[in-house]
Amino acid sequence: MNFDPESRDLVLGGRLDAAEVSRSWKVLGQVPGGCKVDALKLESCDGAGLAFLWALSRTKKAVITGLRPEIAALLKPFDELPPDPADVPGRDQSLFAQIGRASCAIFQDVREQIAFIGEFTSTALLCFANPRLVRWGDVWITAQKAGVDALVVAGMVSFLTGMIMAFQAAVPLKQFGVDLFVVNLVALALLREMGPIMTAVVLAGRSGSAFAAEIGTMKVNEEINALETMGLDPMRFLVVPRVMAGFLVTPVLTVYANALGVTGGFLVMMSQGFPFAALWNQLVGAVGVSDVMTGMIKSFVFGILVAGVGCLRGLQTGNGATAVGESTTRAVVSGIFLIVLVDAVFAVIFYVLKW
Amino acid sequence: MMRSTNIIEVRRLTAAYGDFVILEKISFDVRRGEVFVIIGGSGCGKSTLMKHLIGLLPPAAGDILIDGGNITTASGAERADLIKKFGVMYQSGALFGSLTLEENVMLAMEEFTGLSAEARQLVARMKLSLVGLERFAAHYPAEISGGMQKRAAIARAMALDPAVLFLDEPSAGLDPVTSAGLDDLIRNLNRNLGVTFVIVSHELASIYAVADRVIMLDSSRKGILAGGSPADLRDKNNDPFVHAFFHRQACEVPA
Repeated sequence: MNFDPESRDLVLGGRLDAAEVSRSWKVLGQVPGGCKVDALKLESCDGAGLAFLWALSRTKKAVITGLRPEIAALLKPFDELPPDPADVPGRDQSLFAQIGRASCAIFQDVREQIAFIGEFTSTALLCFANPRLVRWGDVWITAQKAGVDALVVAGMVSFLTGMIMAFQAAVPLKQFGVDLFVVNLVALALLREMGPIMTAVVLAGRSGSAFAAEIGTMKVNEEINALETMGLDPMRFLVVPRVMAGFLVTPVLTVYANALGVTGGFLVMMSQGFPFAALWNQLVGAVGVSDVMTGMIKSFVFGILVAGVGCLRGLQTGNGATAVGESTTRAVVSGIFLIVLVDAVFAVIFYVLKW
Repeated sequence: MMRSTNIIEVRRLTAAYGDFVILEKISFDVRRGEVFVIIGGSGCGKSTLMKHLIGLLPPAAGDILIDGGNITTASGAERADLIKKFGVMYQSGALFGSLTLEENVMLAMEEFTGLSAEARQLVARMKLSLVGLERFAAHYPAEISGGMQKRAAIARAMALDPAVLFLDEPSAGLDPVTSAGLDDLIRNLNRNLGVTFVIVSHELASIYAVADRVIMLDSSRKGILAGGSPADLRDKNNDPFVHAFFHRQACEVPA
């Protein structure tokens, strides 16, 4: 390719391929509109070369002479291609359009969540009135997967948290000579907040995601449609057993996690030379019924929320394999967000009630 | 009351996604005991029409009567009764992956009949033998081939002895031999059990093999382009698109 800045004429020759075009694309910016292009020596042309010629003739209005008939024939199908990309029908990518689309998506999601809550509540009440409608087999299997199989991870997380809190608190409290109060700190923090929250987060990561992936895959495979046209309500078949399992399993897991967390704290304190009896007396004195109850009430609610939002994200799954991945992520993110949000609401309620 | 000859009646049905109208005011009937095939080019609304017929999507306007009951307005117990009148085979089979073939077939019976477990199992095995899969009753869907999954899905759709079977693209993704086997199965079930079939397809060979009557949908007209027996459409129809479809030619369709 040879561009003469004096005469402002362009001479093309040899092979106009992707490699050549990538070197000479900038020439397009230099040639004036309506310039003359001599293509007599142009031997061949690939897709990129055609694009170069097309841009010359259409956007630069260049007059191309001497083009071989076989290359001209290759260019022919693009005669009616609109010169301006904006003329091609497509998505409006302006900021306003993107904000608009995102807002619509959020409203749509809120609508679907409200519809889901309503539908779930009515189905759950129906199942409550007639327990034979519940698929108990699925409830037990899910409870095993979400509960029994989570014992190790939930236990480890809580045990280590108890130890860490005891270690961290022991030093500053020792300065004031009240290191026995580490027991109060560890026990109250675990029973009221950390135990229920960490158990629910483990549940969101292990089971909320699994629910979304299972139900999402069923959606992609048309299995949800199949259930519906067999007259079997997906809400009753898939969602109720999972939420029920979450509701049953989370409080039990929380009690177990609390026990292990306090044990972890005790171990640290015993390694500091405190006798078990002193720690136990301190624990019994520190913890009241309301401390245990607030944690338990929260764990029931967390169980329903995490399982429910996992199922909802599964049912919202669009088409294709990436959609399943997206809904799995959304299940975990929404689950954790809801846990923290609801925990904050509970904090206010319990404060007002002075529990 | 005398049973009408039409098992499905579609009246001025309009199908749309939001403002985008796909089918406008179409009407047709499916007669009791026939094999009725819905054909058309890709994107003409075949699958959408199917979703409307089986009540998965509510239509923008119009009515669909299945054995006298209006599926577009039915709810609660009425809808549940209506849904039991038909079975659906989805394109992918859509068998429940966590259940064996036998359990897949038994699921609906478990919910809607008072049959004992033993009786359900026997019925399920009989349904599976109708589609030649009795030996695979204890297999999971992932352990059998795609063609077998589709046959198992037909067995599952027949669990409650429906009057109509809807099949979505039975030959999609199958080799010609397996596909022909499926066509034979459809014909046999139709002749021996009197089941009405409504099939969405674009496989010419399969249409000739099974169809009593065909309607052809067209996206540019948002409606039914032609209807009749496959031979009529092939030989007596003058529409350029119908001609092109039945003679496997490329065709410039006005957008």
